[in-house]
Amino acid sequence: MASVSQPAGPVYEDGVVRAFALAAVLWGVVGMLVGVICAAQLAWPELNLGIPFLSYGRLRPLHTNAVIFAFGGCTLFATAYHVVQRTGQTRLFAPGLAWFTFWGWQLVILLAALSLPMGFTSGKEYAELEWPVDILITLVWVSYAIVFFGTVGTRKIRHIYVANWFFGAFIIAVALLHLVNSAAIPVSLTKSYSAYAGVQDAMVQWWYGHNAVGFFLTAGFLGMMYYYIPKQAGRPVYSYRLSIVHFWALIFTYMWAGPHHLHYTALPDWAQSVGMVFSLVLLAPSWGGMINGIMTLSGAWHKLRDDPILKFLIVSLSFYGMSTFEGPMMSIKTVNALSHYTDWTVGHVHSGALGWVGLISMGCLYHLIPRMFGRVEMYSKRAIELHFWVATIGIVLYIAAMWIAGVMQGLMWRAVNPDGTLVYTFVESVKATYPFYVIRLGGGLLYLGGMLIMGWNVVKTMQVGKAQAVRIPAVVAHA
Amino acid sequence: MEILYLLIPLSVVLVLLIVGVFGWAINNGQLDDLEREGGRILEDETAVVDGDQARSPQQP
Repeated sequence: MASVSQPAGPVYEDGVVRAFALAAVLWGVVGMLVGVICAAQLAWPELNLGIPFLSYGRLRPLHTNAVIFAFGGCTLFATAYHVVQRTGQTRLFAPGLAWFTFWGWQLVILLAALSLPMGFTSGKEYAELEWPVDILITLVWVSYAIVFFGTVGTRKIRHIYVANWFFGAFIIAVALLHLVNSAAIPVSLTKSYSAYAGVQDAMVQWWYGHNAVGFFLTAGFLGMMYYYIPKQAGRPVYSYRLSIVHFWALIFTYMWAGPHHLHYTALPDWAQSVGMVFSLVLLAPSWGGMINGIMTLSGAWHKLRDDPILKFLIVSLSFYGMSTFEGPMMSIKTVNALSHYTDWTVGHVHSGALGWVGLISMGCLYHLIPRMFGRVEMYSKRAIELHFWVATIGIVLYIAAMWIAGVMQGLMWRAVNPDGTLVYTFVESVKATYPFYVIRLGGGLLYLGGMLIMGWNVVKTMQVGKAQAVRIPAVVAHA
Repeated sequence: MEILYLLIPLSVVLVLLIVGVFGWAINNGQLDDLEREGGRILEDETAVVDGDQARSPQQP
């Protein structure tokens, strides 16, 4: 990395933003590669080569942790630190602590990459890491909160821009979720048992699991959306008023949708119904936010044709709209009776993960990374365009294959003969799914290919660019 | 479902907290001039490039 030249006057603390942004790209490639291996193993199970470290049950949590917490997490750290400085026109609070969050988070990722393939797991989905790593996560997260809210507290602009509200809610909610769900009694350095048991544990787990989706994978990324779409489009968000309503409506309603993950289980019926109703209510704020983001381009739609970064950002919002419509529909108990435990769920998750979280992250990183290297654009704009189309085709192949596979599995499992016996054995449904697993692998390969193009483009941008400090503008006096 | 004795009070405390922060935002004048604030992020732009790096070498 080139040395940083110092202009006169106070400058932004961009080193840690740069580091997190580059780490996000690296972990994106790694996490998606593991995902592709998992997808191949589902089509051809022999691909675990008989090696325990490569078995599906161990690689799958490695994939989810790598893409959510390593790729998504580093993107969130980078953008939150960037946005809070720029919108407050102030330097990051406690830069040393910010660097601790960087190295601490990389250590968490490294420990996950070692411990999960070795088979150490708490068995809680999206919270598999064992208690010593959980403690490290807590330390990093508290430091993150101190740096972020410290910067908000020392801002030079009186108004707190809406993106910061989303980032702030995400940081607080994830801290709370992590502390409650990861409560466990250790029996050794590598093994612990949950503080909760049975259906209580399931309820806490999915209170955590769903809100992790809501706050880690939605609120934080909505914060990115509200800053980077206006910046990239060069015009303010369609309705700033609506963005404020969006924020408060979303955080008031999100917390209770979790039980929809436990339909038709030992969870009491009324709790399942409450989860379903809250899930349906969520459609309103979600679509409000989506429309607000897309309509930012109202009157300037031609920008969408010329600017591949805007394509990433706007198409990610369309996938956000699709997933937040599909999710509430799947939470309706009668629909869930068909969809639950099938690959439809996998398709739904990836429509949100690849379409919304992935594309918005890539779009924001394409905006951010050149600016971290003293440039206004990436090395190759055509490579961004190519990445966009490769990734989009990949997503469509992936989710279409999983929709068909999921509905087919649901129908096969519930088909009964007139005498009450099942028409199909389970293994017949597995066999019928095989071609869709191959198509899904193709979609995943395309998506990974897009990420590799991005990696190349980022390396080239680093080579032609130069990391340099950006001066904080003198604040014009205002009310 | 004894777990609800933890989760429901936790949610109530959280909602009260959110109401409190919302009240602070209103009284602090955070929501006073919303249309102006939406555009502010586009102002006060500092140049991020120096002269020789302003252009990308591969403009189509």
